[in-house]
Amino acid sequence: MKANGNSLRKYFSFFRMRFQMGLQYRAAAAGGCVTQFLWGIMECLAFRAFYEADESAFPMAFSSVVAYVWLREAFFALFTTWNTDNELFDSVINGNIAYELCRPLSVYRMWFARTAGNRLANAALRCVPILFAAFLLPEPFRMTLPVNVQSMLLFIITMFLGAGVTVAFCMFVYLLAFFTISPQGLRMVFTAMVQFLSGAIIPLSFMPDSVRRVLELLPFAGMFNVPLRIYSGDLVGAKMLRAIGMQIFWLVLLTACGKLLCRAAERRIVVQGG
Amino acid sequence: MNTLYKNISLYFHYISIVLRSVMQYKTSFFLTVAGRFLVSFNGILGVYFIFARFHQVRNYGLGEVFLCYAVIQMDFALAECFAGGFLRFPGMIRRGEFDRILLRPCSAVLQILGSQFEISRIGLIIQAVLMFGYGMAVSPIAWTPGRVAAVVLMLLGGTLLFSAVFMLEAAVSFFTLEGLEAANILTYGAQEHGKYPIDIYGGRMMKICTYMIPYTLIQYYPLQYLLGRTQRWYYGLYPLGVVLFLTVCVGVWRLGMHNYQSAGS
Repeated sequence: MKANGNSLRKYFSFFRMRFQMGLQYRAAAAGGCVTQFLWGIMECLAFRAFYEADESAFPMAFSSVVAYVWLREAFFALFTTWNTDNELFDSVINGNIAYELCRPLSVYRMWFARTAGNRLANAALRCVPILFAAFLLPEPFRMTLPVNVQSMLLFIITMFLGAGVTVAFCMFVYLLAFFTISPQGLRMVFTAMVQFLSGAIIPLSFMPDSVRRVLELLPFAGMFNVPLRIYSGDLVGAKMLRAIGMQIFWLVLLTACGKLLCRAAERRIVVQGG
Repeated sequence: MNTLYKNISLYFHYISIVLRSVMQYKTSFFLTVAGRFLVSFNGILGVYFIFARFHQVRNYGLGEVFLCYAVIQMDFALAECFAGGFLRFPGMIRRGEFDRILLRPCSAVLQILGSQFEISRIGLIIQAVLMFGYGMAVSPIAWTPGRVAAVVLMLLGGTLLFSAVFMLEAAVSFFTLEGLEAANILTYGAQEHGKYPIDIYGGRMMKICTYMIPYTLIQYYPLQYLLGRTQRWYYGLYPLGVVLFLTVCVGVWRLGMHNYQSAGS
């Protein structure tokens, strides 16, 4: 048991290292905050126009949509699959992966910890100013507090679960680099699809019911969709429990498959000299 | 006249080199095209699903929004294609490559424009054409020579406007020596949110997008003429106003060039 605790500490230090490194990029985060805040305003204005066009067709309360938009902007770095760690791709291409394989550590866990640390740091830097500004906006675009303490807690729990699913999915994208020489194009194809399927473009509630029902079964629904809708009280009761169950299911399945794939990749890797 | 001819042939020479180098990595190229295609297809799908629910917004139907979206997407793709060099300019400054450009007996702008030719945007352009076709088929527009001319002007003006914004962003890096991430809202943000006619965002946004960055000149006003919602035929000529904005951007660029001191790397 003690050995296990020790090894987890190693991965935790990778996580901490990336987290602290991520916190250093404050100027970039400041620029990002401004862009994302303005982006959120445009989104809110567009939703407002649709709300005025046909109030009855609106699938969520307007304040829930506003909260969804602001949380999406605030935690974009946590859930977006755009934000991949290019150093990991590069290490496969330039051969530095050889050093990583020498370490008495699991590549999968190490990369998982690094990615998680990176994402959390990026989100931690961006979420505070964006949410602060969003709380100061005039009605109807003001960010609202969660409906109750319970939904706040569930939001935090599902946010971590969702981040876990996102990182587990990103691991597949990293592992692609082992199997193809040009992972950037494939990365783009994957991330583009996931953006839509996770509710980053429009909340899944806005999609036609038949499409939405299928998408809710996929792992991507657990990324933006679940935590953001729980916060605003749009996802409650049995549906919410089912959604959390799906998050846990996919988290377990994706990490298990990822580890297997990682092992297969390590076996067939050829590191070129030079 | 002779120098103009020389510059143009030099530009095409640059482009042919860029294209040949891109074609060395064919798989990567095709996957990038596919990726770009999917990214913007997301946006189209989003609009489609939203309209399946709401049918109209401020009296614009799906077909009309698609027309507007197609034109903006085409503008942006063409601008990225021809003026994409400006987007990489902050990196050029930081790495000191711009100093090398200044040493050559040839216009700096020409060399920057020639340094990039984003042929991978071809996927976006095809997509925009298809979207435009669909929009044209479902919205009842009586096509007249004036309206065709308005579309052509929207495309020309829009491409010029986005290129001018790219240039302005690049010019800012003369002073800051790094890219300005917040400026993304003016380019990628305008491409994304310009899919809806600007008046749906309200009166304040209309003013900002007319007097600060003149997006309404290439989108809202000519669109009103195109859709037959106004008697004012001269709205179709509004894209020409972009030239004024371009002049300002060129002014800022010149100012930046004049004060450039190099990053020292």
